[in-house]
Amino acid sequence: MSIEPETAARVAKLARIKVEPEALPALAAEFNTILGFIEQLNEVNVDGIEPMTSVTPMRLKRREDLVNDGDRQAQILKNAPDAREGFFAVPKVVE
Amino acid sequence: MSDLTKLTLAEARDKLRAREVSSLELTEACLTEIEGAGALNAFVHHTPEIARDQARAADARLIQGEAPAMCGLPIGVKDLFCTKGVPSQAASRILQGFLPEYESTVTQQLFDAGSVMLGKLNMDEFAMGSSNETSTYGNVINPWRRGNDDTGLTPGGSSGGSAAAVAADLCLAATGTDTGGSIRQPAAFTGIVGIKPTYGRCSRWGVVAFASSLDQAGPMTKTVRDAAIMLGAMAGHDPKDSTSADLAVPDFEAMLTGDIRGKVIGIPKEYRMDGMPAEIEKLWADGTDMLKSAGAEVREISLPHTKYALPAYYVIAPAEASSNLARYDGVRYGHRAALGQGDGITEMYEKTRAEGFGHEVQRRVMVGTYVLSAGFYDAYYNRARKVRALIKRDFDDVFAAGIDAILTPATPSAAFGLGEMKDADPVQMYLNDVFTVTVNLAGLPGVAVPTGLDGQGLPLGLQLIGRPWEEGDLLNTAYALEQAAGFVAKPGKWW
Repeated sequence: MSIEPETAARVAKLARIKVEPEALPALAAEFNTILGFIEQLNEVNVDGIEPMTSVTPMRLKRREDLVNDGDRQAQILKNAPDAREGFFAVPKVVE
Repeated sequence: MSDLTKLTLAEARDKLRAREVSSLELTEACLTEIEGAGALNAFVHHTPEIARDQARAADARLIQGEAPAMCGLPIGVKDLFCTKGVPSQAASRILQGFLPEYESTVTQQLFDAGSVMLGKLNMDEFAMGSSNETSTYGNVINPWRRGNDDTGLTPGGSSGGSAAAVAADLCLAATGTDTGGSIRQPAAFTGIVGIKPTYGRCSRWGVVAFASSLDQAGPMTKTVRDAAIMLGAMAGHDPKDSTSADLAVPDFEAMLTGDIRGKVIGIPKEYRMDGMPAEIEKLWADGTDMLKSAGAEVREISLPHTKYALPAYYVIAPAEASSNLARYDGVRYGHRAALGQGDGITEMYEKTRAEGFGHEVQRRVMVGTYVLSAGFYDAYYNRARKVRALIKRDFDDVFAAGIDAILTPATPSAAFGLGEMKDADPVQMYLNDVFTVTVNLAGLPGVAVPTGLDGQGLPLGLQLIGRPWEEGDLLNTAYALEQAAGFVAKPGKWW
């Protein structure tokens, strides 16, 4: 299977990374190299094998469903590129 | 007194406890070395004030006779670890200016154990790379050179700054992280020891995430004993990381007896790659003989799915990365692109991520996005996870058959020149991790030990792979190998 520049553009859009149109053919070529390498996985017989979900057989710990943290608004906003009135500020989302 | 920086953790610890030297003296010696080593570009954020404060506090503890494992020992910290109030950028432009409001669990534990932080260490951007050429801070230069040739060599990656700093005696030890070989490959390229512990041994909390099911932190040190000391301080259960194992951390150092009589060492035939350099083959054969001479039994073993580890990794790691790196959107922290008239939130995301992520990171995020996208999820991602299960089963089988540890080369070559892989396709660079990546996929502990030099005088390392949670036994085998190899070479100082 071969990735065309249009597919590369779609992937870039999904990944929310701006790629200039003139860079798309080279990007598509790189994808093809990497995906060509990955194609080897098709040689493996995976019949009846479950996809791995956890590398160590462990049960995730549970805790009481209680609020045990919070009230850190200033700390959380401290690194924001734009914070106003206690909120993260972004360009207008809704017209 | 610059020889102070050449001490191992164990030697310095003993001198500190005997009050032959103070932590402040050790720390000042390291700070002086760091100042003179700008050419290596290993330390990218310097924290001399924190270091001096921690050293004074450590000296006070030492005077009181309270000396935890790392008390007063100056170390470097990979830029991937969030350190409170200290830049933590993962070597990415997108985290420029980010000052964490919290401390990673691993660095907190190291500080609680008395460690002194000298600064933050260069690395590949988001730990994605094998040569330290993807960093926003620029390349790290390996302190080792090919004889009298002054070509700049890679220290390996992604923990290249950590490796270079330890090899050049700028610090006594450093933290690293390893997702596909990022501790072991740079350790091998710089003639030091690096261990990736069992997945879940060290908390990932506060470590910038690359591929969450593969990432593990570990120590990069001058000796196996030092790795045992430092791993003990880094490891342990953390309620803040649900994948960290609630298991007791043994005294790894106490397990270093050097006695490996009766241990069964597996030599996997699939690791004998076509076109493997003769020097690597010889190194491997020599290492096998050393373990045999030390009383171990050596058996040829088969790990039949080895060939598929790298392709599986290059599905799983980018898939997880594309998900993890979705958080860098210019909203909550780090860089936000300047916006044009009429730009909305989508343009903000797209421009921010295009400016903030380097080329390799962008490529991996997009590959990950592709393999997770509708219609390809089963064909790529689920298939890779099935192959991963088979790779783990290969290891389970040999361990069940009585193998205690597996010996392999750490890397397919010695350190290569910076820029030498510039024209290679990305897959060529990925092949650097061919011997290490299986260990991450199977969640096992693996350690790189320097055992020889190549014809040009560059260090080469072997890797030992152990059973899950048996880092102590693994380190003991590594210790026996280290003793037998007697690797003492150091890079000549040119910087």
